[in-house]
Amino acid sequence: MNAIEVKELNFWYGSFQALKDINANFKEKKITAIIGPSGCGKSTLLRVFNRMNDLIEGVTTRGEVIINGQNILNKDIDLVKLRRDVGMVFQRPNPFPLSIYENIVFGLKIHGLKDNLNEVVEKSLKAVFLWDNLKDRLHQSALSLSLEQKQRLCIARVLAVRPRILLMDEPCSALDPQATLRIEELMRELKNNYTIIIVTHNMQQAARISDEVGFMLLGELVEFGKTEEIFTRPKDKRTEDYISGRYG
Amino acid sequence: MKNPKITEKVAFFFLFLATLLIVVPVGLIVIIIIRKGLPAINWKFLTDIPREGMRQGGIFPAIVGTLYLVLGAISFALPIGLMSAIYLSEYAKDNFFSRLIKLAIVNLAGVPSVVYGLFGLALFVVFFKFGASILSGSLTLGIMILPIIITASREALESVPYHFREVSWSLGASKWQTIRYLVLPNAISGILTGIILGLGRAAGETAPILFTVAAFYLPQLPKSIFDQVMALPYHLYVISTQVPNVEEKLRYGTALVLLMIVLFMNLVAIIIRYKFRKKKKW
Repeated sequence: MNAIEVKELNFWYGSFQALKDINANFKEKKITAIIGPSGCGKSTLLRVFNRMNDLIEGVTTRGEVIINGQNILNKDIDLVKLRRDVGMVFQRPNPFPLSIYENIVFGLKIHGLKDNLNEVVEKSLKAVFLWDNLKDRLHQSALSLSLEQKQRLCIARVLAVRPRILLMDEPCSALDPQATLRIEELMRELKNNYTIIIVTHNMQQAARISDEVGFMLLGELVEFGKTEEIFTRPKDKRTEDYISGRYG
Repeated sequence: MKNPKITEKVAFFFLFLATLLIVVPVGLIVIIIIRKGLPAINWKFLTDIPREGMRQGGIFPAIVGTLYLVLGAISFALPIGLMSAIYLSEYAKDNFFSRLIKLAIVNLAGVPSVVYGLFGLALFVVFFKFGASILSGSLTLGIMILPIIITASREALESVPYHFREVSWSLGASKWQTIRYLVLPNAISGILTGIILGLGRAAGETAPILFTVAAFYLPQLPKSIFDQVMALPYHLYVISTQVPNVEEKLRYGTALVLLMIVLFMNLVAIIIRYKFRKKKKW
Protein backbone atom coordinates (compact mmCIF):
# COMPACT_ATOMS: atom_id res chain seq x y z
CA MET A 1 0.00 0.00 0.00
CA ASN A 2 1.16 3.49 -0.79
CA ALA A 3 0.73 6.16 1.84
CA ILE A 4 1.71 8.94 -0.55
CA GLU A 5 1.75 8.90 -4.34
CA VAL A 6 3.58 11.71 -6.09
CA LYS A 7 2.88 12.27 -9.77
CA GLU A 8 4.63 14.79 -12.02
CA LEU A 9 5.25 17.17 -9.15
CA ASN A 10 6.81 20.51 -10.04
CA PHE A 11 7.44 23.33 -7.63
CA TRP A 12 8.67 26.91 -8.01
CA TYR A 13 9.80 29.59 -5.59
CA GLY A 14 8.99 32.60 -7.76
CA SER A 15 10.78 31.75 -10.98
CA PHE A 16 13.22 29.31 -9.40
CA GLN A 17 12.20 25.71 -9.98
CA ALA A 18 12.95 23.75 -6.80
CA LEU A 19 11.29 20.44 -7.75
CA LYS A 20 11.30 18.95 -11.25
CA ASP A 21 8.95 16.21 -12.40
CA ILE A 22 9.01 14.20 -9.20
CA ASN A 23 7.36 10.76 -9.37
CA ALA A 24 7.47 8.47 -6.35
CA ASN A 25 5.39 6.20 -4.16
CA PHE A 26 5.96 6.23 -0.43
CA LYS A 27 4.99 2.91 1.14
CA GLU A 28 2.80 2.62 4.19
CA LYS A 29 4.44 1.82 7.55
CA LYS A 30 7.94 2.00 6.12
CA ILE A 31 10.71 4.48 6.64
CA THR A 32 11.61 6.32 3.47
CA ALA A 33 14.69 8.51 3.56
CA ILE A 34 15.26 11.42 1.20
CA ILE A 35 18.94 12.21 0.81
CA GLY A 36 20.89 14.69 -1.25
CA PRO A 37 23.18 17.70 -0.92
CA SER A 38 22.02 21.00 0.58
CA GLY A 39 19.59 22.91 -1.59
CA CYS A 40 18.58 19.87 -3.63
CA GLY A 41 14.91 20.32 -2.70
CA LYS A 42 14.48 17.51 -0.19
CA SER A 43 12.99 19.72 2.53
CA THR A 44 10.81 21.42 -0.06
CA LEU A 45 9.48 18.02 -1.14
CA LEU A 46 8.76 17.10 2.48
CA ARG A 47 6.89 20.35 3.02
CA VAL A 48 4.69 19.68 0.00
CA PHE A 49 3.17 16.73 1.85
CA ASN A 50 1.62 18.86 4.62
CA ARG A 51 1.35 21.99 2.48
CA MET A 52 3.69 23.97 4.72
CA ASN A 53 5.04 25.66 1.59
CA ASP A 54 1.71 27.49 1.36
CA LEU A 55 3.01 29.87 4.00
CA ILE A 56 5.69 31.20 1.69
CA GLU A 57 4.70 33.90 -0.73
CA GLY A 58 5.03 33.42 -4.47
CA VAL A 59 5.24 29.64 -4.69
CA THR A 60 3.66 27.55 -7.44
CA THR A 61 2.92 23.83 -7.22
CA ARG A 62 1.92 21.62 -10.18
CA GLY A 63 1.19 17.94 -10.30
CA GLU A 64 -0.51 15.50 -7.99
CA VAL A 65 0.16 14.28 -4.49
CA ILE A 66 -2.32 11.60 -3.45
CA ILE A 67 -2.83 10.96 0.25
CA ASN A 68 -5.88 8.99 1.40
CA GLY A 69 -7.16 8.88 -2.18
CA GLN A 70 -7.25 12.66 -2.44
CA ASN A 71 -5.02 15.06 -4.31
CA ILE A 72 -3.85 17.23 -1.44
CA LEU A 73 -2.72 19.95 -3.82
CA ASN A 74 -6.37 20.74 -4.55
CA LYS A 75 -7.31 24.24 -3.45
CA ASP A 76 -10.32 23.04 -1.47
CA ILE A 77 -8.53 20.40 0.59
CA ASP A 78 -9.12 20.69 4.35
CA LEU A 79 -5.70 21.79 5.59
CA VAL A 80 -6.56 21.19 9.24
CA LYS A 81 -7.46 17.59 8.49
CA LEU A 82 -4.43 17.13 6.25
CA ARG A 83 -2.05 18.40 8.91
CA ARG A 84 -3.61 16.22 11.58
CA ASP A 85 -3.05 13.30 9.28
CA VAL A 86 0.45 14.28 8.25
CA GLY A 87 2.51 15.38 11.24
CA MET A 88 5.88 17.06 11.11
CA VAL A 89 8.98 16.90 13.30
CA PHE A 90 11.42 19.74 12.78
CA GLN A 91 15.16 19.96 12.72
CA ARG A 92 15.45 21.99 15.88
CA PRO A 93 14.02 20.44 19.04
CA ASN A 94 11.53 23.23 19.67
CA PRO A 95 9.01 22.55 22.41
CA PHE A 96 6.76 25.49 23.25
CA PRO A 97 7.72 27.51 26.34
CA LEU A 98 5.02 25.68 28.26
CA SER A 99 4.94 22.69 30.56
CA ILE A 100 5.56 19.19 29.26
CA TYR A 101 1.87 18.41 29.67
CA GLU A 102 0.70 21.57 27.89
CA ASN A 103 3.06 20.87 25.01
CA ILE A 104 1.44 17.52 24.34
CA VAL A 105 -2.15 18.69 24.66
CA PHE A 106 -1.56 21.80 22.52
CA GLY A 107 -2.64 20.09 19.30
CA LEU A 108 -5.67 18.54 20.99
CA LYS A 109 -6.77 21.89 22.37
CA ILE A 110 -6.52 23.38 18.90
CA HIS A 111 -8.79 20.68 17.54
CA GLY A 112 -11.26 21.11 20.37
CA LEU A 113 -10.61 17.71 21.93
CA LYS A 114 -10.95 17.88 25.68
CA ASP A 115 -11.60 14.27 26.71
CA ASN A 116 -9.06 11.86 28.14
CA LEU A 117 -6.25 14.39 27.97
CA ASN A 118 -4.30 12.62 30.71
CA GLU A 119 -4.60 9.35 28.86
CA VAL A 120 -3.35 10.87 25.62
CA VAL A 121 -0.40 12.47 27.40
CA GLU A 122 0.53 9.15 28.96
CA LYS A 123 0.16 7.26 25.69
CA SER A 124 2.13 9.81 23.70
CA LEU A 125 4.95 9.96 26.21
CA LYS A 126 5.07 6.17 26.42
CA ALA A 127 5.32 5.97 22.64
CA VAL A 128 8.50 8.04 22.74
CA PHE A 129 9.82 6.32 25.90
CA LEU A 130 9.71 9.44 28.05
CA TRP A 131 6.89 8.44 30.38
CA ASP A 132 8.95 6.70 33.04
CA ASN A 133 11.35 9.62 33.28
CA LEU A 134 8.86 12.44 33.16
CA LYS A 135 5.63 11.15 34.68
CA ASP A 136 6.30 12.95 37.97
CA ARG A 137 7.24 16.29 36.40
CA LEU A 138 4.61 16.74 33.72
CA HIS A 139 3.94 20.28 34.86
CA GLN A 140 7.51 21.45 34.72
CA SER A 141 8.74 23.56 31.86
CA ALA A 142 9.59 21.61 28.74
CA LEU A 143 12.59 23.87 28.31
CA SER A 144 14.39 22.22 31.21
CA LEU A 145 14.70 18.96 29.26
CA SER A 146 17.83 17.76 27.48
CA LEU A 147 17.99 18.22 23.70
CA GLU A 148 17.20 14.55 23.10
CA GLN A 149 14.26 14.65 25.52
CA LYS A 150 13.03 17.82 23.85
CA GLN A 151 13.08 16.17 20.45
CA ARG A 152 11.26 13.13 21.84
CA LEU A 153 8.70 15.49 23.37
CA CYS A 154 8.26 17.15 19.98
CA ILE A 155 7.58 13.74 18.47
CA ALA A 156 5.10 13.00 21.28
CA ARG A 157 3.43 16.35 20.61
CA VAL A 158 2.83 15.28 17.01
CA LEU A 159 1.72 11.76 17.95
CA ALA A 160 -0.92 13.19 20.30
CA VAL A 161 -3.05 14.37 17.37
CA ARG A 162 -2.83 10.84 15.92
CA PRO A 163 -1.32 11.32 12.47
CA ARG A 164 -0.77 8.43 10.08
CA ILE A 165 2.27 9.89 8.38
CA LEU A 166 5.27 11.46 10.10
CA LEU A 167 7.47 13.88 8.20
CA MET A 168 10.86 14.32 9.82
CA ASP A 169 13.10 17.13 8.66
CA GLU A 170 16.61 16.20 9.82
CA PRO A 171 15.31 15.29 13.27
CA CYS A 172 18.73 14.31 14.61
CA SER A 173 20.97 17.05 13.28
CA ALA A 174 20.98 18.91 16.62
CA LEU A 175 21.71 15.75 18.62
CA ASP A 176 24.91 13.97 19.62
CA PRO A 177 25.72 10.53 18.11
CA GLN A 178 24.33 8.50 21.03
CA ALA A 179 21.10 10.45 21.14
CA THR A 180 20.87 10.10 17.37
CA LEU A 181 21.07 6.32 17.63
CA ARG A 182 18.39 6.28 20.31
CA ILE A 183 16.06 8.44 18.22
CA GLU A 184 16.65 6.09 15.28
CA GLU A 185 15.68 3.20 17.54
CA LEU A 186 12.49 5.09 18.36
CA MET A 187 11.77 5.58 14.67
CA ARG A 188 12.05 1.83 14.10
CA GLU A 189 9.47 1.37 16.88
CA LEU A 190 7.18 3.99 15.40
CA LYS A 191 7.35 2.33 11.99
CA ASN A 192 4.94 -0.32 13.27
CA ASN A 193 2.17 2.25 13.40
CA TYR A 194 3.25 5.16 11.25
CA THR A 195 4.55 5.89 7.78
CA ILE A 196 7.78 7.81 8.23
CA ILE A 197 9.49 10.04 5.70
CA ILE A 198 12.79 11.43 6.86
CA VAL A 199 14.98 14.02 5.22
CA THR A 200 18.59 13.61 6.20
CA HIS A 201 22.04 14.85 5.36
CA ASN A 202 23.51 11.82 6.94
CA MET A 203 23.89 8.94 4.52
CA GLN A 204 24.82 6.44 7.22
CA GLN A 205 21.61 7.31 8.96
CA ALA A 206 19.61 6.72 5.81
CA ALA A 207 21.36 3.38 5.34
CA ARG A 208 20.74 2.39 8.96
CA ILE A 209 17.07 3.13 9.30
CA SER A 210 15.32 3.39 5.97
CA ASP A 211 13.53 0.75 3.93
CA GLU A 212 13.57 2.90 0.83
CA VAL A 213 15.68 5.83 -0.26
CA GLY A 214 15.20 8.68 -2.68
CA PHE A 215 18.27 10.55 -3.87
CA MET A 216 17.70 14.12 -4.96
CA LEU A 217 19.96 16.49 -6.84
CA LEU A 218 19.15 20.00 -8.07
CA GLY A 219 15.41 19.48 -7.69
CA GLU A 220 15.32 16.13 -9.45
CA LEU A 221 14.57 12.81 -7.86
CA VAL A 222 17.51 11.00 -9.43
CA GLU A 223 16.87 7.58 -8.03
CA PHE A 224 14.29 5.99 -5.77
CA GLY A 225 14.20 2.43 -4.52
CA LYS A 226 15.06 -0.14 -1.88
CA THR A 227 17.75 1.07 0.48
CA GLU A 228 20.16 -1.82 0.02
CA GLU A 229 19.92 -1.54 -3.75
CA ILE A 230 20.56 2.21 -3.80
CA PHE A 231 23.54 1.82 -1.51
CA THR A 232 25.05 -1.27 -3.13
CA ARG A 233 24.03 -1.10 -6.79
CA PRO A 234 22.99 2.44 -7.68
CA LYS A 235 21.75 2.66 -11.23
CA ASP A 236 22.62 6.30 -11.79
CA LYS A 237 26.19 7.56 -11.95
CA ARG A 238 25.23 10.68 -9.91
CA THR A 239 23.85 8.54 -7.08
CA GLU A 240 27.00 6.49 -7.05
CA ASP A 241 29.15 9.63 -6.92
CA TYR A 242 27.13 11.02 -4.03
CA ILE A 243 27.08 7.94 -1.84
CA SER A 244 30.73 7.24 -2.47
CA GLY A 245 31.35 10.72 -1.11
CA ARG A 246 32.49 12.49 -4.25
CA TYR A 247 30.31 15.52 -3.48
CA GLY A 248 27.65 16.70 -1.09
CA MET B 1 46.13 55.30 24.45
CA LYS B 2 47.88 52.08 23.57
CA ASN B 3 47.10 50.37 26.87
CA PRO B 4 43.75 48.58 26.45
CA LYS B 5 43.19 48.51 30.22
CA ILE B 6 43.37 52.28 30.48
CA THR B 7 41.18 52.66 27.41
CA GLU B 8 38.62 50.39 28.99
CA LYS B 9 38.67 52.32 32.26
CA VAL B 10 38.21 55.62 30.45
CA ALA B 11 35.37 54.16 28.39
CA PHE B 12 33.65 52.75 31.48
CA PHE B 13 34.06 56.06 33.26
CA PHE B 14 32.25 57.95 30.52
CA LEU B 15 29.53 55.34 30.19
CA PHE B 16 29.00 55.48 33.94
CA LEU B 17 28.98 59.27 33.85
CA ALA B 18 26.30 59.24 31.16
CA THR B 19 24.16 56.91 33.25
CA LEU B 20 24.68 59.09 36.31
CA LEU B 21 23.65 62.17 34.34
CA ILE B 22 20.31 60.52 33.73
CA VAL B 23 19.76 59.05 37.16
CA VAL B 24 20.67 62.15 39.19
CA PRO B 25 18.07 64.54 37.72
CA VAL B 26 15.35 61.90 38.01
CA GLY B 27 16.27 61.32 41.64
CA LEU B 28 16.40 65.05 42.31
CA ILE B 29 13.01 65.66 40.75
CA VAL B 30 11.40 62.94 42.83
CA ILE B 31 13.09 64.09 46.03
CA ILE B 32 12.18 67.75 45.55
CA ILE B 33 8.57 66.96 44.67
CA ILE B 34 8.21 64.67 47.68
CA ARG B 35 9.87 67.13 50.08
CA LYS B 36 7.84 70.10 48.95
CA GLY B 37 4.62 68.26 48.19
CA LEU B 38 4.27 65.84 51.08
CA PRO B 39 3.21 68.52 53.63
CA ALA B 40 0.17 69.28 51.45
CA ILE B 41 -1.01 65.68 51.29
CA ASN B 42 -3.80 64.90 53.70
CA TRP B 43 -7.23 63.37 53.49
CA LYS B 44 -8.89 66.72 52.82
CA PHE B 45 -6.48 67.55 49.99
CA LEU B 46 -7.25 64.27 48.27
CA THR B 47 -11.02 64.27 48.72
CA ASP B 48 -12.16 67.87 48.80
CA ILE B 49 -13.05 70.16 45.92
CA PRO B 50 -10.86 73.24 45.26
CA ARG B 51 -11.97 76.27 47.26
CA GLU B 52 -11.16 79.97 47.56
CA GLY B 53 -10.23 80.33 43.90
CA MET B 54 -8.18 77.11 44.08
CA ARG B 55 -6.00 78.52 46.85
CA GLN B 56 -7.57 76.22 49.43
CA GLY B 57 -9.33 72.90 49.52
CA GLY B 58 -8.42 69.77 47.61
CA ILE B 59 -7.93 68.42 44.13
CA PHE B 60 -10.45 65.58 44.13
CA PRO B 61 -12.21 66.55 40.86
CA ALA B 62 -8.85 66.71 39.08
CA ILE B 63 -7.84 63.27 40.37
CA VAL B 64 -11.13 61.79 39.22
CA GLY B 65 -10.87 63.59 35.89
CA THR B 66 -7.39 62.27 35.21
CA LEU B 67 -8.43 58.73 36.10
CA TYR B 68 -11.42 58.94 33.77
CA LEU B 69 -9.32 60.31 30.95
CA VAL B 70 -6.61 57.69 31.33
CA LEU B 71 -9.12 54.84 31.53
CA GLY B 72 -11.01 56.25 28.55
CA ALA B 73 -7.84 56.65 26.51
CA ILE B 74 -6.59 53.14 27.24
CA SER B 75 -9.93 51.45 26.65
CA PHE B 76 -10.00 53.11 23.25
CA ALA B 77 -6.34 52.71 22.32
CA LEU B 78 -5.64 49.19 23.64
CA PRO B 79 -8.11 47.16 21.58
CA ILE B 80 -7.51 49.14 18.40
CA GLY B 81 -3.75 49.28 18.92
CA LEU B 82 -3.46 45.59 19.70
CA MET B 83 -5.63 44.58 16.78
CA SER B 84 -3.67 46.68 14.33
CA ALA B 85 -0.40 45.39 15.79
CA ILE B 86 -1.62 41.82 15.25
CA TYR B 87 -2.65 42.68 11.73
CA LEU B 88 0.64 44.37 10.89
CA SER B 89 2.91 41.71 12.36
CA GLU B 90 0.93 38.55 11.57
CA TYR B 91 -1.25 39.15 8.55
CA ALA B 92 -0.01 42.08 6.48
CA LYS B 93 2.23 41.14 3.59
CA ASP B 94 5.62 42.77 3.59
CA ASN B 95 5.32 45.27 0.77
CA PHE B 96 5.82 48.96 0.16
CA PHE B 97 2.40 49.85 1.51
CA SER B 98 2.74 47.97 4.81
CA ARG B 99 6.25 49.34 5.33
CA LEU B 100 4.88 52.83 4.75
CA ILE B 101 2.20 52.26 7.39
CA LYS B 102 4.75 51.00 9.91
CA LEU B 103 7.00 53.98 9.26
CA ALA B 104 4.05 56.35 9.62
CA ILE B 105 3.10 54.82 12.97
CA VAL B 106 6.62 55.13 14.34
CA ASN B 107 6.74 58.75 13.23
CA LEU B 108 3.35 59.45 14.73
CA ALA B 109 4.88 58.79 18.14
CA GLY B 110 7.07 61.83 17.60
CA VAL B 111 4.32 64.30 16.75
CA PRO B 112 4.15 67.09 19.38
CA SER B 113 1.24 66.60 21.74
CA VAL B 114 -0.20 70.04 21.10
CA VAL B 115 -0.76 68.96 17.50
CA TYR B 116 -2.87 66.08 18.78
CA GLY B 117 -4.75 68.63 20.87
CA LEU B 118 -5.58 70.70 17.81
CA PHE B 119 -6.51 67.59 15.87
CA GLY B 120 -8.82 66.46 18.68
CA LEU B 121 -10.40 69.91 18.79
CA ALA B 122 -11.09 69.88 15.07
CA LEU B 123 -12.29 66.28 14.80
CA PHE B 124 -14.00 65.32 18.05
CA VAL B 125 -15.03 68.64 19.59
CA VAL B 126 -16.12 70.45 16.44
CA PHE B 127 -16.73 67.96 13.65
CA PHE B 128 -18.30 65.13 15.67
CA LYS B 129 -19.88 67.72 17.99
CA PHE B 130 -18.81 65.87 21.16
CA GLY B 131 -17.94 69.29 22.59
CA ALA B 132 -15.26 69.72 25.20
CA SER B 133 -15.92 66.47 27.04
CA ILE B 134 -14.40 63.39 28.58
CA LEU B 135 -15.19 61.58 25.35
CA SER B 136 -13.27 64.07 23.18
CA GLY B 137 -10.34 64.18 25.61
CA SER B 138 -10.13 60.41 25.97
CA LEU B 139 -10.22 59.89 22.22
CA THR B 140 -7.55 62.53 21.68
CA LEU B 141 -5.29 61.00 24.33
CA GLY B 142 -6.08 57.56 22.93
CA ILE B 143 -4.95 58.58 19.46
CA MET B 144 -1.82 60.09 20.96
CA ILE B 145 -0.83 56.82 22.69
CA LEU B 146 -1.88 54.54 19.82
CA PRO B 147 1.55 54.60 18.15
CA ILE B 148 3.25 53.72 21.45
CA ILE B 149 0.93 50.76 21.99
CA ILE B 150 1.10 49.57 18.39
CA THR B 151 4.88 49.77 18.22
CA ALA B 152 5.45 48.01 21.55
CA SER B 153 2.86 45.32 20.78
CA ARG B 154 4.28 44.73 17.33
CA GLU B 155 7.76 44.31 18.70
CA ALA B 156 6.46 41.93 21.36
CA LEU B 157 4.59 39.83 18.78
CA GLU B 158 7.52 39.75 16.41
CA SER B 159 9.87 38.61 19.17
CA VAL B 160 7.98 35.31 19.44
CA PRO B 161 10.17 32.93 17.40
CA TYR B 162 8.92 31.96 13.95
CA HIS B 163 9.56 28.25 14.50
CA PHE B 164 6.91 28.16 17.26
CA ARG B 165 4.34 29.35 14.74
CA GLU B 166 5.55 26.80 12.22
CA VAL B 167 5.05 23.97 14.69
CA SER B 168 1.60 25.23 15.57
CA TRP B 169 0.57 25.43 11.90
CA SER B 170 2.01 21.99 11.24
CA LEU B 171 -0.22 20.63 14.02
CA GLY B 172 -3.21 21.89 12.07
CA ALA B 173 -3.76 25.17 13.89
CA SER B 174 -5.07 28.08 11.88
CA LYS B 175 -3.28 31.40 11.85
CA TRP B 176 -5.72 32.85 14.33
CA GLN B 177 -5.49 29.86 16.69
CA THR B 178 -1.72 30.16 16.58
CA ILE B 179 -1.95 33.83 17.49
CA ARG B 180 -4.54 33.23 20.18
CA TYR B 181 -2.96 30.24 21.92
CA LEU B 182 0.74 30.68 21.23
CA VAL B 183 1.83 34.13 20.08
CA LEU B 184 -0.27 36.38 22.32
CA PRO B 185 0.46 34.55 25.60
CA ASN B 186 4.16 34.81 24.83
CA ALA B 187 3.96 38.46 23.85
CA ILE B 188 1.84 39.71 26.72
CA SER B 189 4.65 41.11 28.85
CA GLY B 190 5.94 43.20 25.95
CA ILE B 191 2.42 44.42 25.23
CA LEU B 192 2.03 45.43 28.88
CA THR B 193 5.22 47.46 28.61
CA GLY B 194 3.55 49.40 25.81
CA ILE B 195 0.47 49.93 27.95
CA ILE B 196 2.59 51.22 30.84
CA LEU B 197 4.30 53.74 28.60
CA GLY B 198 0.98 54.77 27.11
CA LEU B 199 -0.71 55.18 30.49
CA GLY B 200 2.08 57.34 31.82
CA ARG B 201 1.99 59.56 28.79
CA ALA B 202 -1.81 59.86 28.79
CA ALA B 203 -1.87 60.79 32.48
CA GLY B 204 0.84 63.42 32.22
CA GLU B 205 0.10 65.32 29.01
CA THR B 206 -1.49 68.75 29.18
CA ALA B 207 -1.66 69.94 25.59
CA PRO B 208 -4.02 67.28 24.16
CA ILE B 209 -6.62 67.89 26.87
CA LEU B 210 -6.26 71.65 26.83
CA PHE B 211 -8.76 72.22 24.01
CA THR B 212 -10.72 69.00 24.25
CA VAL B 213 -11.81 68.46 27.83
CA ALA B 214 -9.93 70.21 30.62
CA ALA B 215 -11.91 72.62 32.74
CA PHE B 216 -10.20 75.59 34.36
CA TYR B 217 -12.31 75.34 37.49
CA LEU B 218 -15.15 72.89 37.92
CA PRO B 219 -15.77 71.99 41.54
CA GLN B 220 -18.00 68.99 40.84
CA LEU B 221 -17.73 65.51 39.44
CA PRO B 222 -18.77 64.72 35.85
CA LYS B 223 -22.15 63.11 35.34
CA SER B 224 -21.58 61.68 31.87
CA ILE B 225 -18.87 61.28 29.27
CA PHE B 226 -20.11 64.46 27.62
CA ASP B 227 -19.11 66.56 30.63
CA GLN B 228 -15.93 68.50 31.07
CA VAL B 229 -13.58 67.57 33.86
CA MET B 230 -10.60 69.04 35.63
CA ALA B 231 -7.38 67.10 35.13
CA LEU B 232 -4.23 67.04 37.21
CA PRO B 233 -1.67 68.24 34.64
CA TYR B 234 -3.84 71.13 33.54
CA HIS B 235 -4.78 71.99 37.11
CA LEU B 236 -1.10 72.07 37.95
CA TYR B 237 -0.49 74.43 35.05
CA VAL B 238 -3.38 76.64 36.14
CA ILE B 239 -2.39 76.97 39.78
CA SER B 240 1.24 77.47 38.83
CA THR B 241 0.77 80.20 36.26
CA GLN B 242 -2.80 81.50 36.12
CA VAL B 243 -3.77 81.92 39.76
CA PRO B 244 -1.67 84.26 41.89
CA ASN B 245 -0.73 83.51 45.48
CA VAL B 246 -1.18 79.77 45.49
CA GLU B 247 0.80 78.11 48.25
CA GLU B 248 3.87 76.30 46.96
CA LYS B 249 2.99 73.12 48.78
CA LEU B 250 -0.34 72.90 46.93
CA ARG B 251 1.45 72.98 43.60
CA TYR B 252 3.98 70.38 44.63
CA GLY B 253 1.28 68.35 46.31
CA THR B 254 -0.63 68.24 43.03
CA ALA B 255 2.52 67.18 41.18
CA LEU B 256 3.14 64.48 43.77
CA VAL B 257 -0.37 63.08 43.40
CA LEU B 258 0.02 62.99 39.61
CA LEU B 259 3.35 61.21 40.00
CA MET B 260 1.86 58.71 42.42
CA ILE B 261 -1.05 57.91 40.11
CA VAL B 262 1.33 57.19 37.24
CA LEU B 263 3.61 55.14 39.48
CA PHE B 264 0.67 53.18 40.85
CA MET B 265 -0.59 52.36 37.35
CA ASN B 266 2.89 51.25 36.35
CA LEU B 267 3.13 49.13 39.47
CA VAL B 268 -0.06 47.30 38.63
CA ALA B 269 1.19 46.62 35.10
CA ILE B 270 4.56 45.49 36.42
CA ILE B 271 2.90 43.02 38.78
CA ILE B 272 0.73 41.60 36.00
CA ARG B 273 3.77 41.37 33.77
CA TYR B 274 5.75 39.59 36.47
CA LYS B 275 2.97 37.03 36.91
CA PHE B 276 2.91 36.30 33.17
CA ARG B 277 6.69 36.02 33.04
CA LYS B 278 6.67 33.47 35.83
CA LYS B 279 4.07 31.45 33.99
CA LYS B 280 6.00 31.60 30.78
CA LYS B 281 8.69 29.05 31.64
CA TRP B 282 11.25 30.19 29.12
